[in-house]
Amino acid sequence: MKNNTSQFISYQQKNYIKKHKHHHTMVRVYRLLIFVLFLSLWEIAANLEWIDAFFFSSPSRIVRCTVDMLFKKDLLTHMGITILETLLSFLLVFLFSLFTATLLWYSKTLSEIIEPYIVVLNSLPKSALAPLFIVWLGTGIDTIIVAGISVAIFGSIISLYTGFMQVDKEKITLIYTLGGNRKDAFFKVVFPGSIPILLSNMKVNIGLSLVGVIIGEFLAAKRGLGYLIIYGSQVFMMNMVISSIILLCLIAMGLYLFIQFVEHGYKKKTGLK
Amino acid sequence: MRPLLKLEDVSYSYHTISGETNALSHLSFSVYPGEFVTVVGPSGCGKSTLLSIIFGLLAPEEGKVLFSSESSPQCPSDVPKKKMRPPIGYMLQKDHLFEWRTVYQNALLGLEVAHKNTPEAREYVLSLLRDYGLYKFKDKRPCELSGGMKQRAALIRTLALNPDLLLLDEPFSALDYQTRLHVSGDICNIIKSRKKTALLITHDLSEAISLADRVIVLSKRPATVKMEMPVRLTKQDNSVLSARNAPEFKDYFNILWEAMSDEK
Repeated sequence: MKNNTSQFISYQQKNYIKKHKHHHTMVRVYRLLIFVLFLSLWEIAANLEWIDAFFFSSPSRIVRCTVDMLFKKDLLTHMGITILETLLSFLLVFLFSLFTATLLWYSKTLSEIIEPYIVVLNSLPKSALAPLFIVWLGTGIDTIIVAGISVAIFGSIISLYTGFMQVDKEKITLIYTLGGNRKDAFFKVVFPGSIPILLSNMKVNIGLSLVGVIIGEFLAAKRGLGYLIIYGSQVFMMNMVISSIILLCLIAMGLYLFIQFVEHGYKKKTGLK
Repeated sequence: MRPLLKLEDVSYSYHTISGETNALSHLSFSVYPGEFVTVVGPSGCGKSTLLSIIFGLLAPEEGKVLFSSESSPQCPSDVPKKKMRPPIGYMLQKDHLFEWRTVYQNALLGLEVAHKNTPEAREYVLSLLRDYGLYKFKDKRPCELSGGMKQRAALIRTLALNPDLLLLDEPFSALDYQTRLHVSGDICNIIKSRKKTALLITHDLSEAISLADRVIVLSKRPATVKMEMPVRLTKQDNSVLSARNAPEFKDYFNILWEAMSDEK
């Protein structure tokens, strides 16, 4: 069998690698092209007044607005607050859902009792709860973090619990045959076997926590990107609104890449594909 | 000689809302120290249930599972049952090596679970890996091993706890035919060389005869012992091929075939 460590690379193999690289370069170029085309078209449309720049803004206006906010409106503080609230919500979602899913896995009876409640709460539109959080907790950071948690928590519990239950029953039997108990089954099989599910769950949760935090900031904040979006829309500063939305996109991407980095680190350490 | 394991009138049924399924009915037999016993029977007759009961994963509804130490008069009655029985190893159908562990870490799993992961025990596991040709693969992941090597690694994981009795639940059934012949012979020789007692469940009559000192035939569900057949083969060496080429092999096969045909 030929492998990639072989010194000799055949003509066909070289051709395959060339085609493979060409395909990837083409995908990257088209991605970039679409982005540049979109920005150019937007800029031209705003400058030639095909669209009203007051409502739709334009890339150059957004850049100017962002630089302006950076120096005059403590943009970094607003971004920092949103990131901090998101990370706190995410961490609490992670810990609480892991704890609850573990409890449900340990006790079949408890899971049978609790499951319908979690399913109903997961189906509930969480933005409907935000006014209640304001009444109960006031307009501080607590409300925003609870809003962030509420969006992700129930789905996270369900997906983690489902993941735990999907672990091969024979692997659990193996632990019993080695003289172990349910605790050993959890720590030696269920938890390590569910780490890929845990990581993909984290990727979803980081985004959902950000959604929840922005909902919370819309209603109960004096700082944060959610606050800037609401403030900007109230005073018709669409440049500010769109700048904040773009920054939110960048934050969401950054947080996702952070979890992906953790996932790559885990896969590299364990040698899993 | 006193048996290492003795089953007396063991019965077991599975219960569901839709009804009761009798798996075992008044099953009795003994296994002696150093013996390699194979158990054959029709599919679904309760062979795996039998091993689960012997190991203690399931409790018999009727009858007793006795180990030599339990019948000993000097054994105090207040010692918990699991402490009184000899150490038992259990091999399942699949190797169930964990991908997130290396071969060596997989072999240590039983010791970790039993809180016996001492330097001496680790050295013993390394010696097992050395003896059975897996030492240079100890830092590899299971996916990098062949099917036969995986089964050997699973056996080392079981042997690491130094069991007196090995329960083997069709451990070769997931392998292709050629690998199966090699691995079953290898594993049987390892078990015999370490003077362990083994009880192997299989549905392959040739495998049952070529590996065993004695074959137990179970009836269809609810399983009872239909026949016990000691096996004495004139072999040139310890290989499976030699066992299958023994002149007596065909006669034993025909006896088992007839016994099993009645159960269809």
